[in-house]
Amino acid sequence: MTRQEIGILLLLLVLCTIVAVASPQFLSVVNLQNVGRLVGTYGIFSIGVGIVIITGGIDLSVGSVCALLGVLLSMMLVEWRWPPAAALAAVVALGGCLGAVHGVLITRLRLQPFIVTLCGLLLYRGAARYIANDSTKGFGTGEGFEWVRALASGSVGGVPMPFVVMVVVAVMAWVLLHRSVFGRHLFAVGHNAEAARYSGVGTQTVVAWAYVLSGLLTALSAVIIAFYTNSISPASHGNFYELYAIAAAVVGGCSLRGGEGSVLGIVIGAALLQVLRNLVNLLDIPGSLDFAVMGAVILIGAVADQLFGRRMRRGGA
Amino acid sequence: MSAISKRFPGVVALDRVDLDVAAGEIVGLVGENGAGKSTLMKILAGIHRADSGDITVDGAPAVLHGPADAGRLGVAIIHQELELIDTLDAAANVFLGREPHRGGPLRLLDRRRMELDTERQLARIEARISPRTIVRRLSAAQQQFVAIARALSMNARLLVLDEPTASLGSREAERLHALLRDLQAGGTAIVYISHRLREIEALADRAVVLRDGRNAGLLRRGEITRDRLVQLMVGRAVAQGAERAPTVASAATARLQLDRIRTARYPGAEVSLTIHGGEVLGVAGLIGAGRSELAEAICGVGSRQAGRILLDGEPVAIHSARDAIRAGLCLVPEDRRGRGVIGAMSVRENLTLPALGAYSRLGLVKRSAEARAAREIATTLTVKASSIEAAAATLSGGNQQKVVLGKWLALKPRAIVFDEPTQGVDVGAKAEMHRLIRRLADDGAAVIMISSDMDEIIAESDRVAVMHEGRIAGILDRPACTAESIMQLAVA
Repeated sequence: MTRQEIGILLLLLVLCTIVAVASPQFLSVVNLQNVGRLVGTYGIFSIGVGIVIITGGIDLSVGSVCALLGVLLSMMLVEWRWPPAAALAAVVALGGCLGAVHGVLITRLRLQPFIVTLCGLLLYRGAARYIANDSTKGFGTGEGFEWVRALASGSVGGVPMPFVVMVVVAVMAWVLLHRSVFGRHLFAVGHNAEAARYSGVGTQTVVAWAYVLSGLLTALSAVIIAFYTNSISPASHGNFYELYAIAAAVVGGCSLRGGEGSVLGIVIGAALLQVLRNLVNLLDIPGSLDFAVMGAVILIGAVADQLFGRRMRRGGA
Repeated sequence: MSAISKRFPGVVALDRVDLDVAAGEIVGLVGENGAGKSTLMKILAGIHRADSGDITVDGAPAVLHGPADAGRLGVAIIHQELELIDTLDAAANVFLGREPHRGGPLRLLDRRRMELDTERQLARIEARISPRTIVRRLSAAQQQFVAIARALSMNARLLVLDEPTASLGSREAERLHALLRDLQAGGTAIVYISHRLREIEALADRAVVLRDGRNAGLLRRGEITRDRLVQLMVGRAVAQGAERAPTVASAATARLQLDRIRTARYPGAEVSLTIHGGEVLGVAGLIGAGRSELAEAICGVGSRQAGRILLDGEPVAIHSARDAIRAGLCLVPEDRRGRGVIGAMSVRENLTLPALGAYSRLGLVKRSAEARAAREIATTLTVKASSIEAAAATLSGGNQQKVVLGKWLALKPRAIVFDEPTQGVDVGAKAEMHRLIRRLADDGAAVIMISSDMDEIIAESDRVAVMHEGRIAGILDRPACTAESIMQLAVA
């Protein structure tokens, strides 16, 4: 583990201790399972966005993609009566395709990632509302596709299924980022795209794939989130999720300038955000302060890192 | 300016250099690339601070803490790389940093005054440019005029021009020279830096020659001739590098052939060259001669307008750095930090980046094989680093350069291009780099070595191609290859 990962893990543990002391309810099985479910759900797409951030890009479309894919999933299963396996495959494939479109626009047409994915954010939200006729979609009694629902609500030996899925995704992403040729190229492009190009790295291909991966992981999360909420109101479903993902990645050590970050850091970052939300809940802080608490804690963390982390790095070097 | 010295890490850029300019005088400042002209002017502009030495203006000592101080003293400098903001219009650039305003708490811009004054200054140099034109839309020559108008509007008492005619045509250059004579008559002191020695001959009252960061000579009007200037610029007792027997240009096949290559920088100029295996071809020329552009075009990282590249007689299609590397054609770029190494990554990661596929299976890196290969290369090249896990940025310039070269070593390149391989590298590392370059050639590679270091070119090349404005001005074989003959071709 790097020093940064240890730092953020310590922060998470301190926070958990504080919450546990202030509210014994935190350590109850039900609460832990609930937090674990959310950590898993948010962790999956945070890893995807983190990969994009490592290239020096950004993906703002996550929340809207969730809404669009959620609406489509419901319609495929409930209204069009597709076989669940086919619906699942279609949703994940569509997520990957949207990512590929972003990647191509960014690399071939040299559009800025912020612009491309901001337009995605607006476009897919509108598309979701239009397709659903702006009405809330759901899965009814869910007959015939119970196993898909289990992805969201099931558990393995007490561990919530989304958390299990996230661990599997995280292990795969860890191998990809930290042990594969692709991962090395990804970091090289993020650090210094010019030097990477001069070294023969196919920089455009690497960047485009990062967006595809983000799309695929967002689609996987979208399935879980759709079943987790069980009702998808297209105007608000997935709102702000892209910001959760960016926050998780940044808290977990990714630099928005690119080249830095780790899968473990992103996962811990995602967990930290969910524990914070849980804290607001358990400590009877008004729910309206939810975002304010998160913002304040992240800001304090960033300031502390800048003030003390820098001194440590300088002292260590 | 007297006894100005400046050292940068590893090099002494200026060693007790003197320069004085009287009011109403034009002083030509000449010297090879890296002779210290730009550094001296940056000190005068307050961008760098001298380690020692004095600057006096009108007899009073001047302390320059920053560019603003230089401006206050009446010094205006037109740098070679124009410092214009290309998304703003001409008037905004002319008044950048000293915009006239209409007072009051809002300090609204006085656009009318800006535009009128800009128009007046541009008219003085007979440049027909609207003050409202966005600078990006102007040609290189027109941008130069905007920069000159900016300097004029400051009413500078000392005007420094660094290669002002590099992007101008001959008529525009003449117009500029007429204007400079006007200013001179009005009492402005002018320092004129140019590689175009004819201009110095025609314009300067005195010519100050710098060489290797020292005053190399002073010529007065009447004494200034092109030949005298070239002599002073290169005139050194340095060995001509004859100690090494010329490589037998054996009946060896042509390794690398460049066939009518055109670059985006000089689309009108064609370059054809043949380099044999085992040969080091030096490429000399002044800054801006198009040498780096040529290197980047053939190695797939820059744009190539036309032309074919042949390796061992076979044409190879090169559209990207990847194509070039796959064909066995590698580049050690000039911009070491920006394009050579990835500073934040380790020596190991840098060394194995282009050949990572060779140390992996099914897309996964075999870490022990990778580390072994990296250690091997680092040992071969005697890279001095605390370990191969140290970040490349922590290495000295010479060792970073070895890492850049090391990237290609494992690929056994058929041809390799070095662009300023020893720039900013200390003496010891320089000699090592030269040995490595020679060894690559001895192993059969065709080597192109671009360098502005005359000693290096003469001592390390088997043949020297001299470039001038995108063309090969001439190719010199070893006996004919002297600093003077190179400089004659370079300033053509």
